[in-house]
Amino acid sequence: MATAEFDFDALLETLEDESSIVFDGLRIEREGETYALETPESDQTDLEAADLEAALEPITDYVTNWRYWRASVGGDGTARRAFLRWCERAPPEAESGDDAPADDTVSTDDDVLAVPARYDALREGIDREWGQLCITARLVDDVDEPAGERVYDLWHVDDADTDLADLEVYDDPCDARELSTYDGDGRYRPLKTAPTLVSGWAFTGLSGAELVETIGFFYPATIENWHRERQGELDVDHWLETAERQTGIYDVIDELPREAVEWMTEACCVDSQCLRRREWQYDEGNELAVDGGDGQFPCREPCSLVVAAARKWTVLESEEEHTYELELTTSELNQLEELIDAVADGRTDEIREADVYDGANRYRARYLRAKRFDDEGSLEARTRDD
Amino acid sequence: MQALVIAAHGSHLNPDASDPTYAHADTVRETGAFDEVREAFWKEEPHFREVIRTLESDEVFVVPLFISEGYFTEQVIPRELRLEDWDPDQWDSDGTDASQATLEADDVEKTIHYCGPVGTHDAMTDVIVQRAESVTDDPDVGEGVGLAVVGHGTERNENSAKAVEYHADRIRQQDRFDEVEALFMDEEPEVDDVTDYFETDDIVVVPLFIADGYHTQEDIPEDMGLTDDYRLGWSVPAEVDGHRIWYAGAVGTEGLMADVVLERAADAGADIGGALESVRATMASDGSRGSDLEPSTGAGD
Repeated sequence: MATAEFDFDALLETLEDESSIVFDGLRIEREGETYALETPESDQTDLEAADLEAALEPITDYVTNWRYWRASVGGDGTARRAFLRWCERAPPEAESGDDAPADDTVSTDDDVLAVPARYDALREGIDREWGQLCITARLVDDVDEPAGERVYDLWHVDDADTDLADLEVYDDPCDARELSTYDGDGRYRPLKTAPTLVSGWAFTGLSGAELVETIGFFYPATIENWHRERQGELDVDHWLETAERQTGIYDVIDELPREAVEWMTEACCVDSQCLRRREWQYDEGNELAVDGGDGQFPCREPCSLVVAAARKWTVLESEEEHTYELELTTSELNQLEELIDAVADGRTDEIREADVYDGANRYRARYLRAKRFDDEGSLEARTRDD
Repeated sequence: MQALVIAAHGSHLNPDASDPTYAHADTVRETGAFDEVREAFWKEEPHFREVIRTLESDEVFVVPLFISEGYFTEQVIPRELRLEDWDPDQWDSDGTDASQATLEADDVEKTIHYCGPVGTHDAMTDVIVQRAESVTDDPDVGEGVGLAVVGHGTERNENSAKAVEYHADRIRQQDRFDEVEALFMDEEPEVDDVTDYFETDDIVVVPLFIADGYHTQEDIPEDMGLTDDYRLGWSVPAEVDGHRIWYAGAVGTEGLMADVVLERAADAGADIGGALESVRATMASDGSRGSDLEPSTGAGD
């Protein structure tokens, strides 16, 4: 529990300047020399300044909550503030930052908590998941901090039950860059939202600003686009717009056939490959058949990996098709399918050395190559004249 | 509030390509001159396309971490930042003197001060000289020494060579090194023949590249004859045709680059307070390097 005291003088000063405080269920009005005080649980009027201080005593949580969001967080209307409120299940605020009820453009969140319940939960720690990240918001138990101050802890969802002593602990947001650079096999992760974030680390005691910065390194721009989507202001650039904008070596990608764009999204833009949910379509009013996925973060336009891959596919799709003749047994044809599947699903490392029943087993693949490849190392196939 | 965005190329394949960007951004962060400092990339995230919306500041200074004016600085970055009213004429440059243009970003209500690339700023000349000092570990390096500034060079963009020649000229005018030459990978005069261009026994070779990668760590060392196989590394200095070649990779990894980034932003009107002084002091006290990046001397060094 927070043990520091709230600053009553600062509150009086605010009332002097603004004549009212209206926030998260707390309402204090200055009416000449007296004050009116209202919460969902209480209602008092004609309070002298000294009485006000006493009247606030039982509802300290409302007051320190107001102080935290006003003084420590600030940033009315920003994605940062909206995200930090989401972290502790506070109700979304209207754009103006006042206490007006959220309008229709702000989606009402699942199980939001009013101040008393939220404070109870914050004393225990409120957990939220953001992609592969788990965030805990909690009250600071430190007399040197202002009352109601929050801190945030961050770790991999897989480490939710791991003892902190078994994790590498960090407090500098910039360290998230290193942690997100390589996957568990030591391979470079050029796509930050690939579902391959390594576990085994924790950030503890971050301020709200530091939390947002840290997440910005793990999952750049996800908070900002999430916020825009919540406000009904997400700007989506569909495939054709993005493709037609390209210049230089990517100038060609708008020639990728419609059908191939489907295959491309099926290959790249699905939950198994990316935590983002594809919101872009082929073009406005021309939806792709492939599902955009269930990711938490909206994907508002084709990313640079998709653009780079599209260039390759545009070149490949410009080739003519031929009919080939080659000799394969039925099992060998099946084996080709198994090989493609294993590579496409990233399964090759899992196939056991001696599992010769799997068509993508290394020895099976080497046997097929030994039998069916010619001296140049190519599949022996002839183009059939139509 | 004011923000700094360092816009760089990055890579889908090489995780080290973004290291200089992060290092210089961190140096600037430490000065506290900007309320927000953000890295942005063409091939990594945050992408140019998304970066401005991650900022709360109204005034944003964008400094391209590129060597020359050209395709990226004139087309790709402004387009991807949605600077609708951008026109390269706003820089009024003949290839090496872009300073800044003030524009509005279309998708956010912010003023963007779009700066020229770090590579053509006058302060870059000092970084090249600083690089020569750090490579030779000699703060007075110059007398009896030749300096080769090496660029990619390409027939597709004349500005690429202009930036290299510009700094070579400026260093020549300082009369510090016995000889100064601008050499290239893909055009004459070529870096392959580096020893043909110098009388001096000692030649410091500084590649005007942002990040270490294929060119600075594989091509150039092999082309100059520092090593037969880049994987074996090379020594610094290395003996080639009776000359001692001092080579240590991309100048963009030099800590003093953060100074150029700050200069660019300050030229565009950013209030950077005492940031330049603090960066220079840090560089001086750190033995000329303020970042975590060490001049690379190859795998075998």
